[in-house]
Amino acid sequence: MKTLTDLKKIREKAQEEMKLRGSNTRIKIVVGMGTSGIAMGAREVMKTFLEEIASRNLTDVLVTQTGEKGLSSMEPVVDVVEDDKPKVTYGNMTPDKVKKVIVEHIVNGRIVSDYVVATGN
Amino acid sequence: MKYFRSHILIGINETSLNSGVNAFIQALRQELAKNDLQEEINVLETGPLGFFGKGICLTVYPENTNYENVKIDDLPELVSDHFLKGRPLKRLMLDASGKFDPKFNYEHRIVLRNSGIIDPESIEEYLGTGGYEAWEKALLQMQPMEIVEEVKASGLRGRGGAGFPAGLKWSFTAPLEAEQKYVVVNADEGEPGTFKDRLIMEGDPHQLLEGIMICARAIGATKAWIYIRGEYKLCINRLNLAIKQCHEFGILGTNIFDSGFDLDIEIKVGAGAYVCGEETALIESLEGNRGNPRWKPPFPGIKGLWQCPTVVNNVETLANVPYIIKNGSGEFKKYGTPECTGTKVFTILGDVAHPGLCEIDMGTTLRTIINEYAGGMKKGFKFKAALVGGAAGVILPDKMLDVKMDFASLNQYAAVLGSGAILVMNEHQSIVDMLWSILRFFRHESCGKCSPCRIGTQHLYALISKIRKGEGTIEEVELMLTTAETMQQTSFCALGQSPIMAIRSALENFKDEFIEITKK
Repeated sequence: MKTLTDLKKIREKAQEEMKLRGSNTRIKIVVGMGTSGIAMGAREVMKTFLEEIASRNLTDVLVTQTGEKGLSSMEPVVDVVEDDKPKVTYGNMTPDKVKKVIVEHIVNGRIVSDYVVATGN
Repeated sequence: MKYFRSHILIGINETSLNSGVNAFIQALRQELAKNDLQEEINVLETGPLGFFGKGICLTVYPENTNYENVKIDDLPELVSDHFLKGRPLKRLMLDASGKFDPKFNYEHRIVLRNSGIIDPESIEEYLGTGGYEAWEKALLQMQPMEIVEEVKASGLRGRGGAGFPAGLKWSFTAPLEAEQKYVVVNADEGEPGTFKDRLIMEGDPHQLLEGIMICARAIGATKAWIYIRGEYKLCINRLNLAIKQCHEFGILGTNIFDSGFDLDIEIKVGAGAYVCGEETALIESLEGNRGNPRWKPPFPGIKGLWQCPTVVNNVETLANVPYIIKNGSGEFKKYGTPECTGTKVFTILGDVAHPGLCEIDMGTTLRTIINEYAGGMKKGFKFKAALVGGAAGVILPDKMLDVKMDFASLNQYAAVLGSGAILVMNEHQSIVDMLWSILRFFRHESCGKCSPCRIGTQHLYALISKIRKGEGTIEEVELMLTTAETMQQTSFCALGQSPIMAIRSALENFKDEFIEITKK
């Protein structure tokens, strides 16, 4: 038996969890998962992103993956895409760098220029 | 919070169950685990995905990629390419040319808005889409007559075939004083070529339940029955589960939300008779009798199930109700035409490129439905005719392609929208064969209670069989018409009154074919 307040809570929780199935996300993180990306540790980078997002309850961030883009020497490569802003590409990513990008860029909106290898399209 | 970067939605329906979807899901989970992706990628079982592909179909969010006919053997490639490396697997994609976007069908959705997006077996997900907010509102903030007035104002018409205004129907029953009233949901869906209710129930069973609850509150019923086709096993399971979840959550039961209102919903499985889609025959069947229609009046709204006031509504009708109550009738009226508001779920089958279902505004033309929502005709075929409304429907020729598909517009041509089934025929199909098939169906389904229908349907079938063999005369073609006219005037219920529509429209538009075959 649930009360109306319980229902409201369940509703809100489910809403957050289902957000990804809509397209209302503020920011998109694209991890390069080509063969060389994976060889250079892109899976660890991806996992760290997912863990950080989950532990910080960031519900408006979308993580997806893409293939090789020709920056093999800089793998793992990560793009951060926001509406109306130039795309930011980070290179030579590691789990530690991911944590910094999450804190600085994703949460506070400050690009971590040390890791940037390209901006724009 | 659990964060998944991607969701794989698997459409569970009769088709995919036949393709072994349960074993497939197990294999998919194993394959994901093998690649250490099980914590990143969510596998969800959901209802119809809004497009029709062969076998097991998947939709992958957030990219919105659709796959069809995926087999267990494809899984290693699919998982490593798409889910590990992010390269969608072209060879399994639905219409990889990208010309046909099945998500287009989602554009104007009320009743199918959650279908293929949420897990129909999870009440939490339904709640997450704003589910049962309308029920709370109807129960705690609205008086029964206010609900009736709101539904009346929305202009919602019954989606089962006849198009009777739902609010008006409720308003007959709501003010009656009775010890017991009932809501009965007609989920018998026997019209050939129609499967919209199945998809509504498979994809979003809670939405139907919420509609039933609001209707029950409006008319003061404390018991509701869902009379459902026996073949719809998945719907039955999902509805039973949904009812159980509602009882656990206190959404159904006694003294719901401390309002003092009690309600229970039960499912009755039908045995597959076409006539039981007729509301009074359905009630007879529900009472445990032979499925014969009753004399009207009294209408079921006054004396229905066990002689108690009963509202009988179609699944799609009730599935529209939560939206109306939550968003108001004004929001609902933005869809459709002024006379026929809202959307309609159509099932399109036959010689079109993408058979399936779509939910679109009332009043969309047949041409638009075929060309835009069904991907046009199958390659190499030309449009000849469409049977609209199932067996109790009419055959429309190409000059009628621009007719608007709503109750009022079709009535002008003595046609009916019926349950929204559209069967498209190409130029090689014979109208005589089509009519033969329809009349054979009526002969089989006549319940035999009244003579005009019992004998008339036999007679019509004998005539069309003779004509089809090339042994008939033009007089016998005309005789079909007069027989059906007599049946229309004298039959007890809609079943015997219906064959005239198909016969008349076939003769009006394709008489040449009948003349030709009688000359053989």
